[in-house]
Amino acid sequence: MDQLLNDFSPGLFLMQAVILIILILLMKKFAWKPILNSLDEREQGIQGALEAAEKARLEMKNLQADNEKALQEARVERDAMLKDARDIRTKMIAEAEEDAKAQASKIITQAQEAIAAEKRAAVAELKSQVAALSLEIAEKVVKDELSDKKKQMQYVEKMLQDATLN
Amino acid sequence: MYNLIGAGLIVIGGGIGLGQIGGKAMEGIARQPEAAGKIQTAMIIIGALLEGLAFGALILGK
Amino acid sequence: MKISSLRIHFLAVISFLLIGSFASAQEHDVAEHHGGGAVDTQEEITEYTNHHLKDAHDFHLFSYTDAAGERQHVGFSLPVIVWSSNGLVSFMSSEFHHDTDGEVIVEANGSRFVNLHEHIYELEEGAEAVVMDEEHHPINAHKVFDISITKSVFGIILVGLLLLFWFGSLGRQYKKKNIPTGFGRALEPLVIYVRDEIARPNIGEFKYKKYMSFLLTVFFFIWVSNLLGMTPFGFNITGQIAVTVCLALFTFVIVQFSGNKDYWKHIFWMPDVPVIMKIILIPIELLGILTKPFSLLIRLFANITAGHVVVMGLIALTITLREQFGAVGSTGLSLVLTLFISLIEILVAFLQAFIFTMLSALFIGMAVAEHDHHHEHDAEGHEIDDVEDVRESFV
Repeated sequence: MDQLLNDFSPGLFLMQAVILIILILLMKKFAWKPILNSLDEREQGIQGALEAAEKARLEMKNLQADNEKALQEARVERDAMLKDARDIRTKMIAEAEEDAKAQASKIITQAQEAIAAEKRAAVAELKSQVAALSLEIAEKVVKDELSDKKKQMQYVEKMLQDATLN
Repeated sequence: MYNLIGAGLIVIGGGIGLGQIGGKAMEGIARQPEAAGKIQTAMIIIGALLEGLAFGALILGK
Repeated sequence: MKISSLRIHFLAVISFLLIGSFASAQEHDVAEHHGGGAVDTQEEITEYTNHHLKDAHDFHLFSYTDAAGERQHVGFSLPVIVWSSNGLVSFMSSEFHHDTDGEVIVEANGSRFVNLHEHIYELEEGAEAVVMDEEHHPINAHKVFDISITKSVFGIILVGLLLLFWFGSLGRQYKKKNIPTGFGRALEPLVIYVRDEIARPNIGEFKYKKYMSFLLTVFFFIWVSNLLGMTPFGFNITGQIAVTVCLALFTFVIVQFSGNKDYWKHIFWMPDVPVIMKIILIPIELLGILTKPFSLLIRLFANITAGHVVVMGLIALTITLREQFGAVGSTGLSLVLTLFISLIEILVAFLQAFIFTMLSALFIGMAVAEHDHHHEHDAEGHEIDDVEDVRESFV
């Protein structure tokens, strides 16, 4: 300790203090201030650039999400439209089938009715013709037979025989 | 003569202390290698404080 | 263009200073003083080492014995400026003729001075020669206030100029471009390192800016001074106790002036402890204020001194082991060991600068910290010490 105190030079201490103060002030003015300021500026610039990039990335992401959403919507819409179309088609086919069936059955019914009517008409005509014929025959027979009794009888019999055959 | 014995004692004490600091720091780094930087800085600071103590004692005793 | 011309100018000044002085400063020294003579014995080695560790009033590079058997000293003299009883006196240190034993008396401005182990003494009235008592303290001479440009002051100025030149040109570079080029590219990360690893974490994000100038200047001053001590010019700036006292005093003053209410409260009325403890803690804390800068200055001084002593001791092996290993063997051994320890010393040069700045930042940080006494509690309800408390309990 004595040695140290003996070696301590107040002059050197003063010189060091003075030089250090001057050095700190000069360095502050000419070196540290510009250096630290531009480092700060640069870091803020980098920070700003990073933030901007991040923002742009987010925007891009949003945009992509929007696109995706629109695409999705379009796809859904398309699907719906397709489904509608398919439904309409099946419905139309079914309707057409139904129509056709109805039409066909109607036609058949009409045909059947017409046939039945024809048949009835034909039967009626046949009946009337048979009646007329019968009358005519009866007339002739009556005319003939009225002249000959025996023959009359014979004829009636024959007629009757024919009638049963008929 | 007594000065030398004192200096020896200081060196022994300081050595034990430094060994403890270094050893524990190594253990810490081995356990958590990702904290190596922080442990190293803390180790150097504590080592420096110990060193200051030992040097102070040496100089005062001289 | 401006930078390069300035560089040339700067180099020219330095080289002129060195070469010009060499040429003029070669002088004859008839007597074989120790300190100037050849170094051969153990005592002379010790003396040489001690002489190196001390500050010097001239810049001595090396000595040799010429063909005529005369000692030639190569170096240059520096101005001696002292505050004597007759006012400010200055003369060149060459007037002492490399004498450090108080034998050569220089008369200037009516006062007579001697150089006694690199301390300038003024002889009292009527004294013809220095008379010593048993403890080798002069009885008819007294120390004078010595503000000479000594070797260390010369070194300090040199370091200051180097720093101004390096960082000044780095600062100028930013005016033109964003990214520095050349040597600035190596300096910039160091500045960022000091800012991000030393100042910011220890002082705090919002307050560190005010102390950056001091921390950066001190960091680079100590580092460059330490490295300058590794060169063969024989500087030992940070190994001068006065220099480290000054550096630590700066930290001390800055810490005391930036201490806030909390800082003083922790010293004079420690919160969260019983009243008796508060009273007991006051002297301990007051002592702590003083021991912090004291440990700073002692650490730096002792590390650098120890480093120089070890390096010089290892270089001296070439003399001390000459008998055992022969000239080649001892020189080789000395070379290898010195190389090895020099590498460690280069690390120490950085480490001491780092630690000095780091602890300064830590002390400043402790003085400006906003304490809150709501400590976190862990799962079991024990208090978790925050970093501040842990650090405080160490210092």
